[in-house]
Amino acid sequence: MAILINENTRIIVQGFTGKIGSFHAQDMINYGSNVVGGITPGKGGQTHLGLPVFNTVKESVQKAGAEASIIFVPPAFAADSIMEAADAGIKYCVAITDGIPTQDMMKVKNFLRRFPKEERMVLTGPNCAGTISPGRAMLGIMPGHIYMKGNVGIVGRSGTLGYEAADQMKRLGIGVSTSVGIGGDPINGSSHRDILERFEQDPETKVVVMIGEIGGPQEVEAGLFAKEHMSKPVVAYIAGLTAPEGRRMGHAGAIISSIGESAAEKVAMLKELGVTICPTPSAMGETVASVLAKL
Amino acid sequence: MDIHEYQAKEILSGYGVKIAEGGMAYSPEDAVQRSREIGGNVWAVKAQIHSGARGKAGGIKICKSDREVEAAAEALLGKRLVTHQTGPAGKVCSRLYVEAGTDIAKELYFCFLVDRGSERIVMVGSAQGGMEIEELAETNPEAITKIYIEPAVGLQDYQAREMAFALGMDAAMLSHAVKTIKGCYRALRDLDANMLEINPLVITGSGELLALDAKMGFDDNALFRQPKVAELRDKTQEDAREMAAADRGLSYVGLDGDIGCMINGAGLAMATMDMIKLAGGEPANFLDVGGGASAERTEKAFRLVLADENVKAMLVNIFAGINRCDWIAEGVVEAVKKIDMKIPLIVRLSGTNVEEGRRIIAESGLPIITAETLAEAAEKAVQARNEAVAKAG
Repeated sequence: MAILINENTRIIVQGFTGKIGSFHAQDMINYGSNVVGGITPGKGGQTHLGLPVFNTVKESVQKAGAEASIIFVPPAFAADSIMEAADAGIKYCVAITDGIPTQDMMKVKNFLRRFPKEERMVLTGPNCAGTISPGRAMLGIMPGHIYMKGNVGIVGRSGTLGYEAADQMKRLGIGVSTSVGIGGDPINGSSHRDILERFEQDPETKVVVMIGEIGGPQEVEAGLFAKEHMSKPVVAYIAGLTAPEGRRMGHAGAIISSIGESAAEKVAMLKELGVTICPTPSAMGETVASVLAKL
Repeated sequence: MDIHEYQAKEILSGYGVKIAEGGMAYSPEDAVQRSREIGGNVWAVKAQIHSGARGKAGGIKICKSDREVEAAAEALLGKRLVTHQTGPAGKVCSRLYVEAGTDIAKELYFCFLVDRGSERIVMVGSAQGGMEIEELAETNPEAITKIYIEPAVGLQDYQAREMAFALGMDAAMLSHAVKTIKGCYRALRDLDANMLEINPLVITGSGELLALDAKMGFDDNALFRQPKVAELRDKTQEDAREMAAADRGLSYVGLDGDIGCMINGAGLAMATMDMIKLAGGEPANFLDVGGGASAERTEKAFRLVLADENVKAMLVNIFAGINRCDWIAEGVVEAVKKIDMKIPLIVRLSGTNVEEGRRIIAESGLPIITAETLAEAAEKAVQARNEAVAKAG
């Protein structure tokens, strides 16, 4: 099963013919993802990487049956591309772009809410590494080979820290059902909670690892959801114990600006909600192994 | 990005918000000149630094004569002011704002900010001004009114009225209050600000609504389309190393510890710093070199980390995805040779082409300490730091 994407998902690339879009599109194709084409306005009708280029997302849905999209469009135009995908009937969209203005993202989220829930596009990111269902499909920029197929779900804000978790697990022979990067921005498409909900419904996923960080309310919201609505155990690590208040740690959203946003506070609240906490970032693999052993 | 009070007031004034008469001063003579131009017999001489709580730090002086204005300006210019928002190093004051004294009848609190939970702009106000909102939220949360703004249509008149009444406005002041509130909102929206705070917003003795202080923070991601805002940047208020890093496309935050760090990815960087702390050390910095860590970029990052004289050991932790460990290793070896590094260096590589990367480090002949796991890397870094400190006596 896995969540969000599998080997059949028909993928298009927005920002297809650019340098970055081309590179990662080829990487996804090499991994075995079912890429059916891409969008570059004005280059419709051309062929790129052996695949058709379309002028609009709508055209790619009509002609190539596109279901999922990945966005490599520069920050100034990315919000527009996300809304175009949603309007064209794309079911799932990953926005890789880093640097989208906050007000643009507020508009995007508001736009998405106009669609009835069953027709609403799922968005993850922006400013993320994407999503991978190992052995099936990759809709992202991660190194696919570090992920082993298995039954642990990963959701996290950070790219490389997610790789670290997958790598620690692989060393212990533990595989991943799907790994979802929700991105480091203050306003993002899907929250930790949204992804936990999907993992709870996925029969293949047995345990979920949530990799959070300082700033914002999402980790604790996810903890509340896990306590009230989940049968599967959740393991969490929160990065940024050493982060000072009021300073932005790389990610636009990684800033402690109010009560409850520090790593120590989040860890304390998650513990209370029954989430298993990884004591250190190097113990993510071991902690998952011990939780799996108890199932 | 933050701006100064005087800059925020200039912006807000353009959006119809009433402010007291004032002017900039860069010397005590300037300050006296401004106070004479303004007239009256009471002036506030205000240090312009990027921080709130300036009053408590002695950054705002009320003066009643030329001599007092001059003395206040002399005391403030060139001084480092320390508030709970600036950190222990404080911020240097090189500009003053001289303002006409205001006859205050009542102090109110008013702000707009991005609420991450609702993913909207929220307008926050309280008729109980004069203290910080965090304090008020703890002692008297009922006294705070929050109104959420729908992004598609923006702030509506009824919402502005609701806020005006919550702030205790009477019928005579209502239309002016609505104009002020809407002006603030338009400034925030038009200029991609993510924070606008007026604390205090005051009702004067003559029944006017006036912004006595003003603070604005802007979305860094939107500066590309706000060139006029970008021009307001005051580099003297920002950490010189962080500015230098930003100019080189690196994300750096200076901290108080002595183990320098170079890591790819913000999350992994924070996790590595946590690991150093758990191993008994203190990180000297946060540094995300990003995805495409070329040899040139690696060298720049090394120079940046080593420019901090406190650094006693340096830890490099790279999880190569798109990147390749062999490229990183080559960059590290080249940087160490070029810089003639004197302190211990610990390198942990993982991910794409890791074997090749480790081989390059091993065969370089350089005294680089290597580690396989995150835990081992942090422990070795702390150990190397302790040995270096012991050796130095």
